[in-house]
Amino acid sequence: MTLDELGRYLSSPSNREQLVEQFGQHVYLSLVPLLLGLLVAVPLGWGAQRLPPVRAVVFGGASVLYTVPSLALFVVIPGIIGTRTLDSVNVVVALTLYTAALLVRSVVGALDAVPGPVTAAATAMGYRPLRRFLTVELPLAVPVLTAGVRVASVSNISLVSVGALIGTGGLGVLFTEGFRTRYLAPILVGIVLTLLLALVVDRALVLARNSLTPWTRLTPGGSR
Amino acid sequence: MARAWGARLIEFQSVTKAFDDGTVAVNDLDLAVEAGTITVFVGPSGCGKTTSLRMVNRMVEPTSGRVLVDGRDVRSADPALLRRGIGYVIQHAGLFPHRTVLDNVATVPLLGGWTRRRARARAAELLEVVGLPQEVGRRYPAQLSGGQQQRVGVARALAADPPVLLMDEPFSAVDPVVREGLQDELLRLQSELDKTVLFVTHDIDEAVRVGERVAVFATGGVLAQYAEPPELLARPANDFVADFVGRDRGYWGLSFVAGGALRPDEVETVTVGASGVVSGDEWLLALDEDGRPRGWLRPRAVVSGPLSEQELEPGGSLHTLGLPLRGALDAALSSPSGRGVVVDRGGRAVGVVTAHQVLELLAAERAATQARPEGGR
Repeated sequence: MTLDELGRYLSSPSNREQLVEQFGQHVYLSLVPLLLGLLVAVPLGWGAQRLPPVRAVVFGGASVLYTVPSLALFVVIPGIIGTRTLDSVNVVVALTLYTAALLVRSVVGALDAVPGPVTAAATAMGYRPLRRFLTVELPLAVPVLTAGVRVASVSNISLVSVGALIGTGGLGVLFTEGFRTRYLAPILVGIVLTLLLALVVDRALVLARNSLTPWTRLTPGGSR
Repeated sequence: MARAWGARLIEFQSVTKAFDDGTVAVNDLDLAVEAGTITVFVGPSGCGKTTSLRMVNRMVEPTSGRVLVDGRDVRSADPALLRRGIGYVIQHAGLFPHRTVLDNVATVPLLGGWTRRRARARAAELLEVVGLPQEVGRRYPAQLSGGQQQRVGVARALAADPPVLLMDEPFSAVDPVVREGLQDELLRLQSELDKTVLFVTHDIDEAVRVGERVAVFATGGVLAQYAEPPELLARPANDFVADFVGRDRGYWGLSFVAGGALRPDEVETVTVGASGVVSGDEWLLALDEDGRPRGWLRPRAVVSGPLSEQELEPGGSLHTLGLPLRGALDAALSSPSGRGVVVDRGGRAVGVVTAHQVLELLAAERAATQARPEGGR
């Protein structure tokens, strides 16, 4: 392949339009499940962290779920929730499950890392459990939790491509198309855009963590 | 006659706490804490002192018996509301690392529904009460020293002005010098704010220092003795208490023997800077121009030129006139001349005492006590 070939591919307005559309679709299909998965994992992790029997069930379930191949899950989900086979909702649901399975361990680990005296002090100050969780434990869990979310975001961004095999959009479409037409340019562009997306999202997560946790980057005696 | 008691603000009535595995943390505890005093629970680890403390604010529920605060069974109260009315200082301070010092201190007022502005103003006030400069309020806990963190912990516990303060080994994680400062500060705060303080420690010295009454717990959660410190040191109820109080208890007990009857002897003195000083067969006490002791000059010393501090033996500890005898004995024992220097409140030397004089005074005191008819005890 030559640079010419790449140039010709990118100079076509219809190709460019397709790129933008699939890129947008990819962002949507990877980030919405990330958010939903996090929303599922936090209460599950909360329960698992407090109650050992719940922990056993949740961790077991998460391990089993994560072992199911993504393609199989994409295909099976319509049968379970009654969507059409080619609906992009299938991808959202499957990736939400994967994200939750990945993140529930992070949530438990992050909550375990909150110092005991701090939660004990919060209880002794008169916090009720829910408020204590939302305003003391969860903010303190952010550094450890972010590490998990970063892994899940990369995992999602790469898994969305598989959705192209069952006809949902995303940058995976570039791979299936390039493969079908034996044309390397879209595959190359697809790989670069996927990597770029993963890097940008990762960077954004780090920035979000930093702005949520100013207290973690302090030196004793300094004033910030 | 037994000592007259004030209002019983906290009462343990036949309180037992057994854990699921069968261990008994607290065994049939009956104890009343007087309003406006500092009461200390002391004992070895695993003696149930912290468990007992935590039953007051329902962090731990008793297996049987009742805990009353101000006459009310704590189990009749909503736990969160009960806790907002009881200050709590935890070991290692337990500050919220993600909140500034000011917001840490404002915690309980904010939980109680105060506006942020009013809660922060109250928090700023409290920083001053515990002796912290205002700029500390903007920092995060990680930016403070251990001693400062403990002060913030105390400020946070006081923020909603609760009548009762629970302190769970509050000063055990700081070094001895800082700890002593914090203990003095606690005594000062208590005298100003008139709180009822329940204080847990494993350190008998700390217990005797801050406590107006001390409850010694033995392993297995049994209350071994509940008494005022002088009583505890002079008359341990049993071998466990005697052992726990330690082999220095006789010496410690001097902390509670008034030194008012002590009459210091005169001593020959010399002023630092004087020239041509020659000492005879006795040690000479060297003073500065304001009369403050600087050290001792050995017997038979000849100093040519002005007397400088290099020629002096460093002095021992100083005893301030009127304070308990412990300081007088220590001054005598630590002085190179065997005579302890007694100073007035301004730090000026007023005379010297020997260990022998202190012991004679003690003997006289003891004889006087024994001559008195037996009282209530």
